[in-house]
Amino acid sequence: MTTFNRRDFVKSAGALSLLGTSAITGCASVAGGAKPRVVVVGGGYGGATAAKYIAMWSEGKIDVTLVERGDAFVSCPLSNLVIGGSRQIGDITVSYDGLNKYGIRRIKGEAVGFDADRRTLTLADGTVLPYDRLILSPGIDFMYETLPGLATAEARGKVLAAWKAGPETVALRKQLVDMRDGGVYAIQIPKAPYRCPPGPYERACQVAWYFQQAKPKSKVLILDANEDVTSKKGLFMAAWNGPFKGLVEYRNNQEIQDVDARTNTLKMSFGDDVRADVLNVLPPMRAGTIATQHGLNNSNKRWCLIDWLTYESTAVKNVHILGDALQVAPLMPKSGHMANQHGKICAAAVIALLTGDTVSATPMAANTCYSFVDDKTAMHVATVHRYDAAQKTMLTVPGSGGLSPAANRTEGTFAYSWSRNIWADMLT
Amino acid sequence: MRRISHTTAVIASALLLAAAQAQTAQPGASKYLARNLAAQCANCHGTNGRSVAEVPSLAGQAATVLINKMQDYKDGKQPSTIMQQLAKGYTDEQIALMADYFSKQPK
Repeated sequence: MTTFNRRDFVKSAGALSLLGTSAITGCASVAGGAKPRVVVVGGGYGGATAAKYIAMWSEGKIDVTLVERGDAFVSCPLSNLVIGGSRQIGDITVSYDGLNKYGIRRIKGEAVGFDADRRTLTLADGTVLPYDRLILSPGIDFMYETLPGLATAEARGKVLAAWKAGPETVALRKQLVDMRDGGVYAIQIPKAPYRCPPGPYERACQVAWYFQQAKPKSKVLILDANEDVTSKKGLFMAAWNGPFKGLVEYRNNQEIQDVDARTNTLKMSFGDDVRADVLNVLPPMRAGTIATQHGLNNSNKRWCLIDWLTYESTAVKNVHILGDALQVAPLMPKSGHMANQHGKICAAAVIALLTGDTVSATPMAANTCYSFVDDKTAMHVATVHRYDAAQKTMLTVPGSGGLSPAANRTEGTFAYSWSRNIWADMLT
Repeated sequence: MRRISHTTAVIASALLLAAAQAQTAQPGASKYLARNLAAQCANCHGTNGRSVAEVPSLAGQAATVLINKMQDYKDGKQPSTIMQQLAKGYTDEQIALMADYFSKQPK
C-alpha cells in the first residue's frame, strides 16, 4: 500500500464517522442460560443480513454474535461510482450501529479458525467463541499464488484490484485522478467465476465517463480472460460503441501469466506484453480464507458446496456458508443481492434447526443486479430461482427474469433506491 | 361491467389466498412460508415491505391490490422495468401468500 494510507481513507470517509461505532472488542462473555448460540463471520451482504434476520425473526430466542473486521460496512455495489468520481466513499459506507437494537453482539475482529468438534471459533486476538451453528460469509480472497509478481504488499498496493470496497477503491480513484491525459487505464478480468460478473464492465464505463469529462485523450482497455463479455453483453457493448465510442477498447481471451508491478506491465499468455498508466488486475478468486479450512472449499478447492435448503456445508456439520464463497447454482451470480437472499433463507433454516421447527422445503430467491453507465443511467439483469428437489439445487424459473432493453434514467433512480433499501434491510 | 370485474377479481383473490394458506398448513410445510417468501422483496421494497427510498412500500397494502398488480405484471398489462420479469417467477399461490403477509405489516 505505497500509494495510500489508512488516514486518507478515514479522512475521505468524511462525516460518516467510521471510528464512532460501539463495537465490542476483545473477550466477549458467554451468554448465560440455554439459548442457542449462532456466530456469524463477515458483516457484508450475506452475513449482516443473516445476523439481523435470525435476531429479528427469533425475537431474542437465539443469541447472535457478528464478527466483522471492518469498522463500518462499505458496499461493493456502487463502489465503481466512487472510482468514476460521482460518489464519495462516505456515500457507500454504513455504520453497524443500526444492528444494536436487535440485541446482536458485535465483535470487531478477524476470525482465524474454528474447531468443528468443540464448536468454537477463534479470533486473531485469541478470543474463543462457542457456537451451536456457525455462519461464514467471508466473501472472496485472491489466488495470488497464480501471479508471482503480486506476491508483495508493495506490488499489490501499486497494481490494485479494488475488488473489496474500501481503501483500495479510494486509492484507484486517486491513481486515475493523478494520471496524465492521454494515458491508458487497463482492467484485466479473470476467467469466470468471479465476484460480480458485470462489475468489471461497469467499472470500464465509469472510468470512461470520467475520462470523457476530465481526460478526453485517454483510453480504457478491457483485457478479458473470458471468451466474451460475461454479463449484459449487448447493453455494455451499446455503451462502448455509443456514448463511449473511441474511449473503450474490449479484447477477449486475454489471459495473463504474471504482472510486473514496477513497470505496470502485464505478461500475456499469448501475444505481446501490455503496459498501462493505471493497471487494475482482478486476480483469480476463491472463497474467503476462513472458508478454506477443514475442507469447506470442496468444489475445485476454490468454492464451497452446501445444502441449498439450509446453507450447511456438505463437508462440516453445523457450519453454514453464504454469498460469493459458494459454488453457485446454475445461472446464479456472485452478487450482493444474491448474498442477501442467501442470508434470509439460511436465517429461516437455522432458526428452524435450533428450535425444532420444520425447515422450508421450497426456498425461493430473486436477484437484481444494476450496472451504471454514467452517474445517472443504469440497466439491470434479474433472475428468479427456486429449489429443485430432484436436482437438490436452485434453478431459474422458466420464463422469468430478463434484462433492461437499454440503459435508462428511471433505472438509475431505482438503482440508488435499491442501495438504500438493501443497506437498510441488512443494517438497520 | 367494471364493478363486476372488480368484484370477481376480489373473490378470486380471496379464494386464492385461502388456498395458499391451506398450503402452509400441509404437513412438512413451514408455517413461516409466507414470511420467508416475502423476505425476498425486502432488498428493493424494504424490510417487511417498508421502503426507505423511491421504490414503493408494500406494507399495509390490501392483499387484493397486491395480487391484482402482480397478476397484471405477469400478464404484461402493467408496464415496469423489472417487475414483469420477476412476477413471472412466482406461482399464484406464492403471490397470494406474500400479499397476505404484506397486508398485515404496519405501514
